[in-house]
Amino acid sequence: MTLEQVKSELISEFELFDDWMDRYNFIIDMGKEGAGLSEEFKTKQYLISGCQSQVWLTASYQQGSIQFKADSDAIITKGIVQLLLRVVNGRNPQEIIDEDFSFLDQIGLKEHLSPTRSNGLTSMIKQIKLYALVFKTKENL
Amino acid sequence: MSLDINAIRSQFPILETQVRNKKLVYFDNGATSQKPLRVINRISHYYLHENSNVHRGVHFLSQLATDAMEQAREKLVSFVHAESIEEIIFTKGTTESINLVAHSFGNRFVGAEDEIIISEMEHHANLVPWQFLCKDKGAKLRVIKTHDDGSLDLNHLQSLIGPKTRLISIAHVSNVTGVINPVEEVVKMAQDKGIFTLIDGAQASSHLQIDVQKLGCTFYVFSAHKMYGPMGVGVLYGQKAILEQMPPYQSGGEMIDRVCFSEETTFNVLPFKFEAGTPMVPEIIAFAEAIDFINEIGFEKIQQHEHELLSYATEKLLAIDGLKIIGTHAHKSAVISFVLQGLHPYDVGSLLDQMGFALRTGNHCAQPFIQRHGVSGTVRLSLAIYNTLEEVDLMVEALKKVKNMLS
Repeated sequence: MTLEQVKSELISEFELFDDWMDRYNFIIDMGKEGAGLSEEFKTKQYLISGCQSQVWLTASYQQGSIQFKADSDAIITKGIVQLLLRVVNGRNPQEIIDEDFSFLDQIGLKEHLSPTRSNGLTSMIKQIKLYALVFKTKENL
Repeated sequence: MSLDINAIRSQFPILETQVRNKKLVYFDNGATSQKPLRVINRISHYYLHENSNVHRGVHFLSQLATDAMEQAREKLVSFVHAESIEEIIFTKGTTESINLVAHSFGNRFVGAEDEIIISEMEHHANLVPWQFLCKDKGAKLRVIKTHDDGSLDLNHLQSLIGPKTRLISIAHVSNVTGVINPVEEVVKMAQDKGIFTLIDGAQASSHLQIDVQKLGCTFYVFSAHKMYGPMGVGVLYGQKAILEQMPPYQSGGEMIDRVCFSEETTFNVLPFKFEAGTPMVPEIIAFAEAIDFINEIGFEKIQQHEHELLSYATEKLLAIDGLKIIGTHAHKSAVISFVLQGLHPYDVGSLLDQMGFALRTGNHCAQPFIQRHGVSGTVRLSLAIYNTLEEVDLMVEALKKVKNMLS
């Protein structure tokens, strides 16, 4: 699937939900079931600090595609992290650099991305883009 | 006569707002309270009929605005029981008041090796300005420990006080737990040794009667917006004798006496010495309306109602399995901070938000205190005069739902 297809798939999945409870139950389940990170990666080195919740993020690059792994101490944040990873994992750096992540508005999660919310997600997106930029730059060296 | 809550609520149109298609339940009064119509209307009235710059013009409107602003100052004098208008400085809020003292008092009264005492429950606004000052002056910051129930360890304070102690700066009421500090005792301990005191009254001024003369503190600071008044205005009360010895904080218009290139510029008298630039005139005038609102209800009734809410909410919340209140000391203002075992405050807050509840989650700008209690943050319920027992019931039900969703 292309990145656009994954996004449309997500948007249609969320359209099935009748109310906020369904939507949040889905995110909570994603958070509970998400692979997350093993404890050795939940260190300062990988920490994206938010005031409210914390996110840890790692990335690796192989044959033109980036794989991210991430976790959070809050279930809802972790669930949203899993959604983001579904979209960005396996993409090439340029695709991630070009993505504006506005699909999160379309699935009703806009408030979690407000900088004032301070849950680590806004900084996580910045960090994801930064990784993409670094991998792209390294490749062009 | 008991309080007519409906009559009070009807003065706060925002309480009828729907958020996320649900009726708003506003429990974030510790962050900012809602404003009654009379406060809102007073600001419009100012811009419609009185707008003019203060203390400058000889013209009619300027005089009108100046009179209204100075009447507000007089109202504040009685509200905190200060001695005179010279002791009431308008700032943009508690944070600026503390920064003013840290800068200006610090400049005049704090030197290398001197010590400033704060407590570990302080809001960052009563912590970071002192860190800056200490770094700047080579002074030392000492921190009073707290007990597990959220109260101050007065024995520890006693052991911290020494010949180098210049100032003790503590909250009247903790913004995290609502615990009321024994400020009278603390000020007494300081006075005996000739130590200055600052009391951060941000969380106290809408709940407790303030009498700075009886208390004897050097400084008392608070914000209008947490006491039914507008944002952008606050007060620094300072003892006149000390304020007079402090250099100006900011410079510009209003705070000067004579400005001359060949001789030294001289400064205006108190309180204007500390009010450089055009003040927030409509907010100050509307602040007086908020004071009237509080006075007309009276602290006795306010405390009675808030105490009832606090006891009721505490009892109902503690009945929820796995709920733990942070700050269990008996002497408390209308704040409850809690954690639900195994659940992250961000998750709890996010779901409560979806159900129309406005609460604060996180570290409440008091990171050291939150760390001391070994939690990643709390959910904070902070009550005001317009909150009801029914709203508490709604929240307890909502919390049970949240628990089910997250476990």
